[in-house]
Amino acid sequence: MNSRSGTGYTGVPPWIYAIAAAGALFVLLPLVAMVAKVNWPQFIPLITSESSVTALGLSLRTSAASTALCIILGIPLALVLARSPFPGQRLLRAFVLLPLVLPPVVGGIALLYTFGRQGLLGKSLEVAGIQIAFSTTAVVLAQTFVALPFLVVSLEGALRTAGNRYELVAATLGARPTTVLRRVTVPLVLPGLASGAVLSFARSLGEFGATLTFAGSLEGVTRTLPLEIYLQRETDADAAVALSLVLVAVAVAVVGLSYGRRNAGARVEVQP
Amino acid sequence: MSFEVRTRLDARDFDMSLSLGPSETVAVLGPNGAGKSTLLGVISGLLRPDSGRAQIGGRQLFDLDGGNHRWSAPHLRGTALLAQEALLFPHLSVLENVAFGPRSKGASKAAARETARLWLTEVGALHLESRKPAELSGGQAQRVAVARALAAEPELLLLDEPMSALDIHAAPLLRRVLKRVLAGRSAIIVTHDVLDAYMLADRVVVVENGRISEEGPTRQVLERPRSHFAAGLAGLNLVSGMITEQGITTPDGQFFAGQHDPGWSPAPGQEGVAAFPPSAVSVFLGDVHGSPRNSFPVTIRDLEPHGDQIRVRAAGSGTGERGTLSADITPAASADLGLVPGMNVRFVVKSALVSIYPA
Repeated sequence: MNSRSGTGYTGVPPWIYAIAAAGALFVLLPLVAMVAKVNWPQFIPLITSESSVTALGLSLRTSAASTALCIILGIPLALVLARSPFPGQRLLRAFVLLPLVLPPVVGGIALLYTFGRQGLLGKSLEVAGIQIAFSTTAVVLAQTFVALPFLVVSLEGALRTAGNRYELVAATLGARPTTVLRRVTVPLVLPGLASGAVLSFARSLGEFGATLTFAGSLEGVTRTLPLEIYLQRETDADAAVALSLVLVAVAVAVVGLSYGRRNAGARVEVQP
Repeated sequence: MSFEVRTRLDARDFDMSLSLGPSETVAVLGPNGAGKSTLLGVISGLLRPDSGRAQIGGRQLFDLDGGNHRWSAPHLRGTALLAQEALLFPHLSVLENVAFGPRSKGASKAAARETARLWLTEVGALHLESRKPAELSGGQAQRVAVARALAAEPELLLLDEPMSALDIHAAPLLRRVLKRVLAGRSAIIVTHDVLDAYMLADRVVVVENGRISEEGPTRQVLERPRSHFAAGLAGLNLVSGMITEQGITTPDGQFFAGQHDPGWSPAPGQEGVAAFPPSAVSVFLGDVHGSPRNSFPVTIRDLEPHGDQIRVRAAGSGTGERGTLSADITPAASADLGLVPGMNVRFVVKSALVSIYPA
């Protein structure tokens, strides 16, 4: 047994490997079971049917839009949480992170009572001629609601790790706060921002409960891929499985991209 | 261009005022936690004091006196800060780091790079321009940081122990670079090193417990120190007390004979200090015959090598309120006397080598 020569002592008890293997199987096995169930001869026709392509396209477009929205709203939120302490900061953080633990269907109801026709803001929007509920906009809002915490958490951590010493130096060199943000802060946390954005995109792509509650399931308008899969499951199990595999493939690609970026980012971390 | 600051920070028990003449470099010396970095923080705008005011050449940096709340942000002050670590932006090349200041002030990319190359040449680092900060040694990074600070065209350059993180081989080169670029420039340099003060500064300010305890031209402060910290830096023993015609009497009654400046005589009851090098002190066991004037019993605190001598630090009733005095003796003498910490011996100070001057 010379295959492990060169590796150091890890201090991990052997039985840990057994439980870790069970854990890995627990995640892997259902995927294998699903792949085994795929109707391969019909695979391409199933995933290229009109409704499937429409749903996938809608999913990708809305997820991209909500990721953009997460970046626009999330960078300032993470900055405010990571820098300059203020009264109520912990409370703000708790509320921003709430969608992580909230059942998405509850989030959908909350959004409905905010932007719906009879909602808090919805009434005024209705007067202005804007209807949000049960539209593609509603899908984007629902996805943003559940995905925002992923970006904020990831970016806040990156900002805290980076510290503000480079920002202070930049200020004494004559850079305005906006210049410091653009040329120093954001470039330094770019790896954290990228992985946060990737996580947000993945979460948006898989969003189901809040979307169904707040946006409904209109083909081509609000019926994203997860909703399509749920619907197909009732009528055409083969189609549901095939589309699930597509979603798995997209998720694997996204996670792979995220890890690649994170490793590339780790090499940038220099100077104590 | 002259600079003036007067400021108070109650939470840190910090109260200082300082002024610089045009193109003057001042070294700020002091023990850790004395408030040296606080001073630079207040001047650069990274720390907000409770009260005070500061101006550069008639331009106000802040005014928090008498109900005023004028406070300009760090980027408007023209006070570049160079810290212990170079803190070069890791995502930018050396050239872009140095061009950062000019770019922030609105220079075009090409013009900023030209300025950056000029300053990189000045610090002898032009050949590093395309490297990333991770590919530089500590000394190279700090020289680039100097170029970056100067490229921002600060009216006042603040240096916070710029040499302290460098190894002994890199420090001399940076010191020479600083000597060249600080000529004709207003700067405040915080340092632990007497050599920095001698080489770079026109004037020295000694800071202790958030207050300025002593200031004056570098040579005067280090050759005739009035504070214990400055005496320690200059390697001198210092005793304070009341000056008499023949010497000085400490508050606990110990008399030190010494030399006044020729032609000077003290006013009655004048406060003063006696300074003498450790080489002026001899160590004896037991009673000393012939009763030399400056002889008193002490207890040895510690012994350590100092150059080719042994430095004996000891405390006694006559050693002043700060405790210890030092004597330098040869290793042979130390061995012959069998000196160990805790031993009771006598210190004898040659009065011809004791300088007495007013505090």
